[in-house]
Amino acid sequence: MQAILQISNVSKVYASGFQALKSVNLDIQKGEVFALLGPNGAGKTTLISIICGIAKASTGTVTVDGHDNVRDYRASRSLIGLVPQELTTDAFESVWATVTFSRGLFNKAPDPTHIENVLRGLSLWDKRHNRILTLSGGMKRRVLIAKALAHEPRLLFLDEPTAGVDVDLRRDMWQLVRELRASGVTVILTTHYIDEAEEMADRIGVMRRGEIILVKDKVDLMRDFGKKQLSLQLQRPLRRIPPELLGYSLDLSADGSELMYTYDAQDERISIVGFLKHLGDLGIDFRDLRTTESSLEDIFVSLVKEKS
Amino acid sequence: MNLHAVRAIYAFEMARTARTLMQSIISPMVSTSLYFIVFGSAIGSRMPTVGGVSYGAFIVPGLIMLSILTQSISNASFAIYFPKYTGTIYELLSAPVSAFEVVLSYVGAAATKSVVLGLIILATSAIFVPLHVEHPIWMAGFLFLTATTFSLVGFIIGILATGFENLQVVPLLIVTPLTFLGGSFYSIGMLPPFWQKVALFNPVVYLISGFRWSFYGFADVGVGASVAVAFGFLITSLAIVGWIFKTGYRLKA
Repeated sequence: MQAILQISNVSKVYASGFQALKSVNLDIQKGEVFALLGPNGAGKTTLISIICGIAKASTGTVTVDGHDNVRDYRASRSLIGLVPQELTTDAFESVWATVTFSRGLFNKAPDPTHIENVLRGLSLWDKRHNRILTLSGGMKRRVLIAKALAHEPRLLFLDEPTAGVDVDLRRDMWQLVRELRASGVTVILTTHYIDEAEEMADRIGVMRRGEIILVKDKVDLMRDFGKKQLSLQLQRPLRRIPPELLGYSLDLSADGSELMYTYDAQDERISIVGFLKHLGDLGIDFRDLRTTESSLEDIFVSLVKEKS
Repeated sequence: MNLHAVRAIYAFEMARTARTLMQSIISPMVSTSLYFIVFGSAIGSRMPTVGGVSYGAFIVPGLIMLSILTQSISNASFAIYFPKYTGTIYELLSAPVSAFEVVLSYVGAAATKSVVLGLIILATSAIFVPLHVEHPIWMAGFLFLTATTFSLVGFIIGILATGFENLQVVPLLIVTPLTFLGGSFYSIGMLPPFWQKVALFNPVVYLISGFRWSFYGFADVGVGASVAVAFGFLITSLAIVGWIFKTGYRLKA
């Protein structure tokens, strides 16, 4: 697959001396949904700002579909749409006027049909004559997305798109991202809702303190870093884990009635049947069992902790 | 050249003027009419002519300049400061728009509003005093040049401003006093010799003088000096704007 975005050795040191980015390298493939995760202050928004031209990189280069974003800023910026984190909209303009303005700003001739399609797709058509200040927070978020889509970008940045929006709108946004992806638009998403990234992303990047500490295909990430847990409800509570079982990664609940076995599902040496037989040999009976799998959130938390 | 962007920003700014007609046009028109009633009719009727022109007619170019200078700065500074304040400037900074196109559209819109306002004041003044314009092309040239230059000044103020109060400081505390002391309501020839020399350090004297010459054919300073000062202002403002966009000062982190 061809890269639509190439970030090479990009660093950013603010005038205050704070280093927000440390030599970031990243390639984004055409048509993928990439989730950029990281705790607050990791540098996600700074990186997006540099790519979009809002902030200047201290070192390094960014190319968008082969266009350097400084030397050939017109070509690179015209390919990008940005939905910012903050609800920064004009207050007194109508929805129609502000979305039409955005299209013109990105050097596109007026196209009322396209604007109508965008507004209908975001359930804003009925509000097109409303002034933005009269809209709810969720509706304002939709307006920001409509503005970003007005010039038909090929690379869309969604910086915390569902922060503070209701469940319905979140679901609508997820659907929108799927549709954009189907139409060939590359989407880069930052979010604090890890389930959102798990739901939508093809690849995951994790940032921490200005560095990208991991980039992986989501399925590979879940496979490589994911853990499974087998929980057994015991017939008779245990006071402690028997010494014969210390070779297993086990936890015992406080009341001794539940035994949890955490294992790597990819490790072929591990046999659940063998473990259960071992319990049987020791006379430990159970009345129920269940298995759970690590979520992306568990993996994210462990990754960020691991590197700190 | 991104003409669609220039058109979009220009139309956006002009639409804002249409929404705020009371503040943009009606308010300066009313205050100018009050000047005519007070200075032109009440006080002016008791004053002799200046250079053969009635006092009411004499102050017309100065009043137009007063409005042009303050409104150009207000319009342009607010136009660029407001997106900075609300955060919507992210869109401008991330758009494929050059510094020249940004300046052309914002300053063009602010200057257009000022020129329209100047023409409205001119038409209003014709109701109160007999008017004639001896050099209409020069008059239009001075009007356009001053509106453009001071819109650029406003644009710079808007970028440098860190609060709404900053937007008012230059028009109220610098431009208005310089305009009042720059011969809006009198010829500097009426001042004592020492103050005549001091007045020549006030750049607004040259702008008003040149503009008044285009109306009545007489001036406090030579027309060439007025044109030179107007262009000097323009070039200095352009250089500052160019530096701001080159460095991203107060625009880009």
